[in-house]
Amino acid sequence: MAPAAAPARWADLRRFTSARVALGRVGNGLPTAAHLDFQEAHARARDAVQSALDHAALAAALAPLGLPVVHVASQAVDRRTFLLRPDLGRRLREADRERLPAVPGAFLFVVADGLCATGVQARAPAVIAAALPLLARLGLPVAPIVVADQARVALGDEIGGAMGAALVAMLIGERPGLTALDSLGLYLTYGPRPGRSDAERNCISNIRPGGLSPAQAAGTLTWLTAAALQLGETGVALKDEQPQAPLLPPRC
Amino acid sequence: MAFAQAVGGTRYVFPDLRTLLARATPLRSGDVLAGVAAESAQERVAAQRALADLPLRHVLAEPVIPYEADEVTRLILDRHDAAAFAPVAHLTVGGLRDWLLSEAATPEALAGLRPGLTPEMVAAVSKICRLQDLVAIAAKCRVTTRFRNTIGLPGTLSIRLQPNDPVDSPRGVAAAILDGLLLGAGDAVIGVNPASDNIDTTIRLLELLDAVRDRYAIPTQTCVLAHVTTTMLAIGRGAPVDLVFQSIGGTEAVNRSFGVSLSLLKEAREAALSLKRGTPGSNVMYFETGQGSALSAEAHHGCDQQTVEARAYAVAREFAPLLVNSVVGFIGPEYLFDGKQITRAGLEDHLCGKLLGLPMGVDVCYTNHAEADQDDMDALLTLLGVAGVTYVMGVPGADDVMLAYQSTSFHDGLYLRAALNKQPAPEFAAWMERMGIEAASGAGELPGRMAPALVGLS
Repeated sequence: MAPAAAPARWADLRRFTSARVALGRVGNGLPTAAHLDFQEAHARARDAVQSALDHAALAAALAPLGLPVVHVASQAVDRRTFLLRPDLGRRLREADRERLPAVPGAFLFVVADGLCATGVQARAPAVIAAALPLLARLGLPVAPIVVADQARVALGDEIGGAMGAALVAMLIGERPGLTALDSLGLYLTYGPRPGRSDAERNCISNIRPGGLSPAQAAGTLTWLTAAALQLGETGVALKDEQPQAPLLPPRC
Repeated sequence: MAFAQAVGGTRYVFPDLRTLLARATPLRSGDVLAGVAAESAQERVAAQRALADLPLRHVLAEPVIPYEADEVTRLILDRHDAAAFAPVAHLTVGGLRDWLLSEAATPEALAGLRPGLTPEMVAAVSKICRLQDLVAIAAKCRVTTRFRNTIGLPGTLSIRLQPNDPVDSPRGVAAAILDGLLLGAGDAVIGVNPASDNIDTTIRLLELLDAVRDRYAIPTQTCVLAHVTTTMLAIGRGAPVDLVFQSIGGTEAVNRSFGVSLSLLKEAREAALSLKRGTPGSNVMYFETGQGSALSAEAHHGCDQQTVEARAYAVAREFAPLLVNSVVGFIGPEYLFDGKQITRAGLEDHLCGKLLGLPMGVDVCYTNHAEADQDDMDALLTLLGVAGVTYVMGVPGADDVMLAYQSTSFHDGLYLRAALNKQPAPEFAAWMERMGIEAASGAGELPGRMAPALVGLS
C-alpha cells in the first residue's frame, strides 16, 4: 500500500496530538480564538478542582465486582483545607481507623478523589474490574475496596498499613489540566505503612480517554504487582520492563 | 546561637540561624504549612533586620542542618573556597546585598566569588531583596555551558522544547517537536517527560528524539526526563543518551525520597560522559528543583523551603550541569499559594542559582488548583527575561497535556526574545536561518527542508 500523502500544512500536525499545536501566530502572539479557547479551558479546570465523589453512584458502579466497600475520609475537613494542608490529606480520620477490616497479605484498592473526582468516578470501577481476573492468577486475596474523600496519595499507606495489606493500589484523581479534566492516576505501594516515600511507589498516570485505557492500566498494574512480589518492593528499584512496540518507522 | 531584634516595642528572639532564616522569608504557604513562617509582619521584619546584621562568617559556622546528619551540608562546607570568599568575608548579609547591587559587583567579580558563596548566604541575601533587586543582581551574572551548542551567552535566551504526550505516542511527541521548532524553541534541549516509567518506552523515546535531531540536523541536545536509574539502564543498553536528568533537592533525606544520592549522581554523570556525545562541551547533566519538595517528603529539618531550595543548587553545581531549572509553580498552592508567591519564588530561585554559578532556567508555571493565571505568568516571564534567565520552557499552547499544568508556550518564547532583543543559542539561530524557519513560520507554512514524513508524521 502506498503511504498516505505527507501533511503539507502546519495545521495537519493536529492529526497526531491532542496538544495545542498549529495555533497560528499573530506577530508573536496567539490568535484571538486560540487565546479565548485557553481561557475557557482554564475556567473549566478551576471548577473541576471543586468536584467531589458521588458515593451512591460509585457504590452502584462497584457493586458488580462483588467486593465490600468501606468509606473513609482524611483529616482534611473541606476542600480548602485539603488544598492547603496536604499533611491532613495523608492522615486518616481517627473514627475511620477502627472501621477498616484486617486483611493480612491482601491486595487493596483505594479509590480516592484526589485533586479532581471526575475521572475516578468514571474509570476506577473499570480499572478494578479489568485487574481482578489478572490479579486472581497471582493468587492474591483482594481486600474490600476503600473509598476515601479529601485524600492524598500517601493516605493509602495508612489505610493499607492499618489493614495489613501486602500491596495497595491507590486510584486517585489527578489534578485537572486544560485538556483533560478527568484523568486517573494509580500508585502501587508494596508493604504500605505511614512514612513510605514517593521513591517507594510505582505510578501509572493518565488513565483517561486519549491516555491509557482501563485495560492497559490493569495490565501494567498486574505486571508491576507480580514483579513487586518477586522483588519484595515497589519504587525506583522496580522497573517496568514490559516490551513495547517500535516507535519510529525506518528512515524514508 | 540566638538572635534578638526589637521592632515596634516588641523584642523578638530567634533561637538559631535556621529559625532566623525561616522567619525572615517573605510569606508563602509552604512555610506556614511547615510551621516555620513568621507569625506577623513585624516578626518578619525583625528577622530581616537581624539577618541583615548577621556576619557572613557566622553562616559558615552554624549549618542549618548538622554536618554529621546530612551529606548536602558536608558537600557545601567541604567545597567552600575560603580564598574566593575573602573579598566579602568581612561583610554582613546586608552588606553583601549592598555590595551585590553596587558597581563593584561586575560580572567578572561575581564569577570569581561563586566558590566562596554558600546556598545559605545567597538565600539569606535574597530574603532581604525586593523583586527589582533579585532582577538587577541576577542580570549581572553570566553562566555559559556547552553540549552540542552554547547556552547562556549574553543577549541569548534559550527554550527547552517540552513535547510531552499522555501515552508517549511517537507521533504526538514528533508533532509537538515540529511545532516547537517552527516557533524557535528547542535550543536548550528537546526534553520529554515520559508518561510511563517503562524502560523500553524510555529507550524508544530516546531513539525517537535522537532520530529527529539527526534527520533535521539540529544543533541541540535531547533528553528523556526519566529517573536517573532508568537512564543509566538505558545507557547500559546502548540508547542514545545526551543528558542525564534528575529531580534533586537540598537535603540528603529529600534526595533519598527521590531515590538518589550524591554518589549515584556522580555515577550517572560518569556514565553519560563516557558516551562522549557532546561536541563543543561536556556539560551532561540536567536538574530540576522546586521549593516545597523537601517538606512534601517531610525532609526539610525545620528549614524554610527557599533555603532548602538554594541548598539543592549546591548539589547541582557539583555535577557541572548544562541546565538547571526550578519548576516554580508545579507542586501546588500548599507551597506557593498564588501568582504573587510564585513570582517572588521564581525570581529568588533564579538569582540564587545564578549567584552559585548555575545555568539557571525557570519553568514559569502554575497548576489549576493554584490562585494564578496567564497574567501572572506573563509578569514572571517578563521579569525573568529582564533578569537574564538562561532558558524557559516551551510547551504547545502553554498546556502540558501529560503533566496537566500550564507552563510557557512557544509563542511566549518568541514574545520574550522580541521584547528584549534576545536571540537563540548562536548555533541554533544559524540552523534556523539555514532551514528558513522564521520566514516560513511567519507565513504559516512548513519549511521545505523540514518534511514531517522525516520524523514519522505521515
